[in-house]
Amino acid sequence: MKRITIDHVTRIEGHARITIKLDDAGQVADTQFHVTQIRGFEKFVEGRPYYEMPSITARICGICPVSHLLASSKACDAIMAVRIPDAAAKLRELLHCGQIVQSHALSFFHLSAPDLLLGMDSDPAKRNIVGLLEEHPDALRDGIALRKFGQEVIERLAKERIHPSWTVPGGVNAPLDPEARDTTLAELPEAMAIVKRTLALWKKTLDNFPDEIESFSNFPTMYCGLVGPDGSLRLYDGNLRFVGADGAVVADQVKPDDYATYIGEATLPDSYMKAPYYKPAGYADGIYRVGPLARLNVVDRCGTPEADAELEEYRGRLGRIVQSGFHYHYARLIEALYALERMRELLDDPDILGTKVRAHADVNNLEGIGVIEAPRGTLIHHYKVNDNGAITWANLIVATGHNNLAISRGILQVAKRFVDGNKIKEGATNRVSAVIRAYDPCLSCASHALGVVPMVLQLLGPDGELLDQVS
Amino acid sequence: MDKPKIGTCWLDGCSGCHMSLLDADEAIIGVLKKADIVFGPLVDAQEWPVGVDVAVIEGAVSSQDDLKLARTARARSKVVVALGDCAVTGNVPSMRNGIPTRKLLERVFVEGSTEGRGVPTDGVPALLKQASPLQEAIKVDVHVPGCPPKPGAILQVLTDLLEGREPGLGGKLRFG
Ligand code: SF4
Repeated sequence: MKRITIDHVTRIEGHARITIKLDDAGQVADTQFHVTQIRGFEKFVEGRPYYEMPSITARICGICPVSHLLASSKACDAIMAVRIPDAAAKLRELLHCGQIVQSHALSFFHLSAPDLLLGMDSDPAKRNIVGLLEEHPDALRDGIALRKFGQEVIERLAKERIHPSWTVPGGVNAPLDPEARDTTLAELPEAMAIVKRTLALWKKTLDNFPDEIESFSNFPTMYCGLVGPDGSLRLYDGNLRFVGADGAVVADQVKPDDYATYIGEATLPDSYMKAPYYKPAGYADGIYRVGPLARLNVVDRCGTPEADAELEEYRGRLGRIVQSGFHYHYARLIEALYALERMRELLDDPDILGTKVRAHADVNNLEGIGVIEAPRGTLIHHYKVNDNGAITWANLIVATGHNNLAISRGILQVAKRFVDGNKIKEGATNRVSAVIRAYDPCLSCASHALGVVPMVLQLLGPDGELLDQVS
Repeated sequence: MDKPKIGTCWLDGCSGCHMSLLDADEAIIGVLKKADIVFGPLVDAQEWPVGVDVAVIEGAVSSQDDLKLARTARARSKVVVALGDCAVTGNVPSMRNGIPTRKLLERVFVEGSTEGRGVPTDGVPALLKQASPLQEAIKVDVHVPGCPPKPGAILQVLTDLLEGREPGLGGKLRFG
């Protein structure tokens, strides 16, 4: 068997290695997606007091630290057995909206726009934000401004953009300053305008990628995400819904506490990232996806007017269930719009200035589970503690983990379509990487257990000899 | 004259230090104009190039891959900057150092698994016994602590180095 490796998958949040195996005829026989580091958070947090968990687990990821802060705080609320004050729940959701906006901006503009606006086959030396600066300076400035807006929402609430300590078990540690509310409200229209013009641009550009749409993880899977009682999009709080490849609801209003009945975790021999699967369907038939594309497949509606109008157009163009992983980009932009609209709703609500924002309690449950929709998909924190509140066991399932099986199969599909013979063409390498980028995998998160993944692509011959390597 | 070359990478870190650099917002455009970023998470170079002027490294050294990349970056760069507490002190990644790696791997891949239990070995690098600060693996020229360091501190150090000055953090120095 011949083998190709891409040793360094670029413009993703973390590092990955890919192996492509060829058969005797030089055709792609198989691919492997290796996540190459393991950090061991689940083990080394044992013995720590539960209230340290938000700050420790935020250090899993500097891109979406707020996601871990929130999921962890929710698990801690459960350990204390408190229902946090309403103002605190709203403030946490507002913080989360800032996070969704900044993270989706990073994914679309900083990481993927070079492929999408300059072209998959454009000069690799320029296919980055510097190339964007030359060719599409307005898009780059929009990207920087949108990410900045999201980060500033976080900073105004939480005092730090990265690794703030404002979100705590029981709520948040300070109410919202009315001035911060006013500034954010004043800046919202410009952020909305950026997302709208980017959506318009993207809807015009989309048709330039027929081959990518056809081959970027374009296959049936199940989908999973949180929904509200009415089936609308929920990012901070809700129950789990699983739908099948045809859109039929398979499991609905699953309480986050019951996740383990529905989600199993398989170990793969060639990756430090485990592969969750839908337990009732077994491994690996239970392949499902999470994140923007999956959420828009799962929900009945977004629940805010402008995002709902976009959702309707999206479904009109692409169908009720959108299967190609390439459309994560489109779904991400619609979600950014939703997050901005939701932010306005929250800021317009007088309760948001409430000053009762934190409940105090000791350990009242020996187990707690916190689930949110992180920018990249469902994030689960599950802790057990002893009577003194020291962690005795922890399990974390991150968004990118859920997508592991689908990313791996997407790599195989793209490789079959674009890799041919013993030499790797640059455009092909880039597309294999781009399918991964579409998922916006956070391999820092994925490596909480695992780690960072330097991306290597290796082409191996039928006898395992190394034919070509890009690293 | 060629622009100075910057390479960046993250080892066992959370990428927060890189994100803090992006938090310089528009000021990042100034850096892009002053220097070429020849390696890092935002560009497509597949290998750390030779002749890098400033290497910026985030994260502790935790696996065989980390060690290899740190050594390559050192050998091919004039100045190495350890960016953030993980690179400077080991920080959060080093919390695993009291635990034998075998136990840690078994916790995740055997106990923490419902299918295919076993520690992965195919195509994945071995873990080092300890996650260490960067300076234990390679010579480091400049330390920038913080978890993450503030954008202003990172910009200051980069600008000083690019303009040939001894970097000074002054009031911007902080840990945590
Ligand atoms: S120092 Fe802090 S921000 Fe930087 S990589 Fe380490 S945990 Fe992340």
